[in-house]
Amino acid sequence: MKTWIPLFAILSKDMKAYYLKPPNISWGLIFPFAWTGMFFIRSGGGIGGIMELLPGVTALSILFGTTSMLAVTVTFEKKSRSFDRLLLSPITLETLMLAKTSGAILFGVANAVVPVLMAMLFIDVSGVSWPLFAAAAILIAVVSAFLGLFVAVAVSEVFEAQTFSNFIRFPMVFLCGLFFPVQSLPVFLRPLAYALPVTYGADLLRRAILGTGMMNQWMNISILTGYCTVLFFLTVKNVRRRWIS
Amino acid sequence: MNEPIVLATSLQKRFGNITAVQDASFSIEPGEFFGFLGPNGAGKTTTINMLTGLARPDSGRLSIAGIECTGNVKAAQHLIGVVPDESNLYPELTGLDNLAFCGALYGMGRTARKERAALLLESVGLAEAGRRKFGGYSRGMKRKLTIAAGIIHEPPILFLDEPTTGIDVESARHIRKLISDLHATGTTVFLTTHYIEEAERLCSRVAFIVNGRVVRQDSLENLLAPVKGVSILSLCSTRSLEEADLAALSRSFPRYVFNPEKGNALSVQSEEAFPISPLVAFLEERGFPVLEAVRRRPSLEDVFVSVTGIGSEQMKKEGKK
Ligand SMILES: Nc1ncnc2c1ncn2[C@@H]1O[C@H](COP(=O)(O)OP(=O)(O)OP(=O)(O)O)[C@@H](O)[C@H]1O
Ligand SMILES: [Mg+2]
Repeated sequence: MKTWIPLFAILSKDMKAYYLKPPNISWGLIFPFAWTGMFFIRSGGGIGGIMELLPGVTALSILFGTTSMLAVTVTFEKKSRSFDRLLLSPITLETLMLAKTSGAILFGVANAVVPVLMAMLFIDVSGVSWPLFAAAAILIAVVSAFLGLFVAVAVSEVFEAQTFSNFIRFPMVFLCGLFFPVQSLPVFLRPLAYALPVTYGADLLRRAILGTGMMNQWMNISILTGYCTVLFFLTVKNVRRRWIS
Repeated sequence: MNEPIVLATSLQKRFGNITAVQDASFSIEPGEFFGFLGPNGAGKTTTINMLTGLARPDSGRLSIAGIECTGNVKAAQHLIGVVPDESNLYPELTGLDNLAFCGALYGMGRTARKERAALLLESVGLAEAGRRKFGGYSRGMKRKLTIAAGIIHEPPILFLDEPTTGIDVESARHIRKLISDLHATGTTVFLTTHYIEEAERLCSRVAFIVNGRVVRQDSLENLLAPVKGVSILSLCSTRSLEEADLAALSRSFPRYVFNPEKGNALSVQSEEAFPISPLVAFLEERGFPVLEAVRRRPSLEDVFVSVTGIGSEQMKKEGKK
């Protein structure tokens, strides 16, 4: 069977049914727009401050845009039993989970564009390494999507998925070096920061936008890829254990 | 003899302390119409889930169309169509889009699935409604579209979980017609139901499942054979009989079998034709005026009652749950 047919069908159905719905467009695009504006204005650091804030704001947009959707596209569909239809079809579980996350990943990457476009209005962004920026945005989107998926599969109610994903993403805002460097965290919190994948994504974004970072870019990319792989296979295992039980 | 298209051996499934299905074995031949008949909680849905890949049996073996499926039905899922007891389509998509989406899940190309979806909408009588959102459909319409979705990829085996439960008589009739037409074109059908008449009307072979156990399975013909020459009389009174009255009846008429039926009725079975008046006299003497006496042909219901001890009355009540 041609795998891409169901994969593409699931992606475009999710797009049509969920992602391109007005409330999600507003959450996905206006929300980053609003907080980017807010951060830029409040920072008071002048034009240079915008550049400093851009990596954090971009990472934040991707993280929230991506993780928020899987509670609906996965937990809700499982609850309403339409997910069973997917489990009954001759698609491997891996393909199925990739299809379910690909919408969220695209949505996350689209969210990354908003802060950049806004920044472009005020500052010169010619110094940004776009290939690296794209790699960072995609990797953050993928790792956030898989985190969201992990949560969505681990719980059985939509509200649990939302609560649980807030429980992990809000700490990330403070711990992952989005707005202040990990090195300035209290020593006992640092191991936690290093355990969270977004730390490496944010670092990669800083490297792409500001040309500086804690770690080598290849190191960041490898660690993020590792996280993606582990989260993905853990999730597929969870689906097999919990949903085909 | 052909190789069975579904071969289940000693399937078992527990949920905590409850044994939902216990030692279920059956084999279904290609082209057969197999009925799984049992009351609520008997384990019908659990069995379908194990056969289609939504549940993993704790033990037992399963093969579908010769493909070894124990523990993983994926390899055979392209051969299977499933119509679940509750609709699992997408309320926010139209009927047509739902069907086309289901076709895509089975790898059908865009044109092929659009054409097939339109054809199926026509045949289930939803050609007009196909452009409307599924969420706004009535129960009967939902059930019909769910059936269409189950056969979008023309599966050789179709599993239907109580397809006529909870919908009006007319829609149920239409659905039974659809299913028997499908069977006539060569589809192997596995149908669960708690309507005994439905099983009798549609199925070529029937299994009775009670409390997770398959208590009897045979061709309809063989199941009905013992009651073939039997004479049955339904007596209707103003109130229903107590245990004591039944016991007294059995003592006075030892050659007859008595079973309470719905609506204060009592069925009387015997191997041969028998006179009515002694029974009527006996009942009236005990304060049960006989309002009506009807002779009828023995049915699967009588077999089911004698095998399982569960009355049709009870089965019907279950359906309304
Ligand atoms: N996921 C589950 N967790 C716990 N118990 C379950 C689960 N699924 C089914 N059961 C139990 O297993 C038994 C069989 O249930 P099943 O749904 O298979 O019955 P059924 O014959 O389909 O009944 P119905 O006619 O009501 O659909 C019941 O006692 C039910 O409570
Ligand atoms: Mg059931």
